[in-house]
Amino acid sequence: MIKFLTELGRYFLMLKKVFSIPEKPALYYKQTMHELVYLGFNSIGIITIISFFMGAVITLQTAYNTENPIYPTYLIGLGCRDSIILEFSSTITALILAGKVGSNIASEIGTMRVTEQIDALEMMGVNSTSYLILPKIIATLLFNPFLTLISISVGILGGWIAGTLAGVVTSEDFIYGIQYAFIPYYITYSMIKTLFFAFIISSVSAFQGYFVEGGSLEVGRASTKAVVYSSLLILLFNVILTQLLLS
Amino acid sequence: MIRVLNLDKSFNAKKVLDNVSVTFEPGKTNLIIGRSGSGKTVLLKSIVGLHEPDSGEVWFEDILFNNLDFNSKKEIRKQMGMLFQGSALFDSLTVEQNVRFPLDMFTSKSMQEKTDRVNFCLNRVNIINANKLFPSELSGGMKKRVAIARAISLNPKYLFCDEPNSGLDPLTAILIDELIKELTEEYSMTTIVNTHDMNSVMEIGEKIVFINEGLICWEGSKHEILNSDCEILNDFVFANALAKQLKSSGK
Repeated sequence: MIKFLTELGRYFLMLKKVFSIPEKPALYYKQTMHELVYLGFNSIGIITIISFFMGAVITLQTAYNTENPIYPTYLIGLGCRDSIILEFSSTITALILAGKVGSNIASEIGTMRVTEQIDALEMMGVNSTSYLILPKIIATLLFNPFLTLISISVGILGGWIAGTLAGVVTSEDFIYGIQYAFIPYYITYSMIKTLFFAFIISSVSAFQGYFVEGGSLEVGRASTKAVVYSSLLILLFNVILTQLLLS
Repeated sequence: MIRVLNLDKSFNAKKVLDNVSVTFEPGKTNLIIGRSGSGKTVLLKSIVGLHEPDSGEVWFEDILFNNLDFNSKKEIRKQMGMLFQGSALFDSLTVEQNVRFPLDMFTSKSMQEKTDRVNFCLNRVNIINANKLFPSELSGGMKKRVAIARAISLNPKYLFCDEPNSGLDPLTAILIDELIKELTEEYSMTTIVNTHDMNSVMEIGEKIVFINEGLICWEGSKHEILNSDCEILNDFVFANALAKQLKSSGK
């Protein structure tokens, strides 16, 4: 328990340093642009592929589980839309990004720690915590909502293609279903969750990397811890946010 | 001048520095020598503030450095350059960007002025036509020289070198030693070098401090070191067979 509280305290102290005034805002801007490409843009591919198949499977499973004449087939489209917007695109995307981006952040910062690059920054008088972590947090906060929107769009597209190709729903019914009883607040809910998850992924992973001690073995461990802790926190906050935002 | 007074540092109840007091002379190449694990790196990192000492004082001229807050330390750090054991060049930046980094961060010079300064520093350490290369494309000796160029880019008053010769062949090691000595004289810097390489000691050591198990055991010049009556120091200095033979034959 004491170890947990110590780590928690260290995490919040790190955040305090992260959000201090930058030495040279222009350099931070440049670094943020770099991270937007590195952490955000480079994740579009994997998010697109996973979301497409996710949407396809959701549609097929909904169709096979509602094979009853009393259910209108447009419900397949509606089920696909709501499942993707409410849960899959924000949470599953976040879990995937925790694996891809989280391990990336932890290993990059961890390697800089064990090769004394962070010491070199500190030695120059640079606030290394802020210089290395703030651009990553800003980049994920800016880009992850965009990734979630891509995921929602591609997921629904995947559902439509799989549903019509498998013959479980007509194109007209599916499109009618995704428009039926649409609640715009669900998108807001999904975006709020995405922002929380983006902050968890970048800050927790950076924390794991920043305080690595040892060598390459410890960097690997930090990377694994970053993914595990980020994922657990995402699941925990998913429950809390759902209760707060939908109740 | 850098003064260290009664410095203590422990890690997990293991005392690494024990009441260390030493003065490093200005405009000279000061060497900290000792066996691996004797506390050299911890002493150096405690001086520059990368380790927080448990107790004791570190003075840069008449400023008590280890009591300053982050922003005040930053001002002193702008006058410091450091060469790390593994060079610590930023992997994601090219040679040119690495040397330009302190200039980008702390000066408001124009791009042309910064480029001129970078080229001057790289030429000074004999790095030619490598501006666009990444650290992974450089040899060990080149990395050290680029790290020295980065360390001197802001015209520092103090230069710290942590085992500058580790992992280098003897000829490259001598070149690095000579470069450190020349730069120290050229810029009138106070230089502190951590080493366990006796060639470096005899090549560039103006003031030498011998540390053993966290304690300062001996201080003197390179001329005095060969005639010291400190037994632990003699074991260290005359560790190899050739040195032992020369000592026993009185040469």
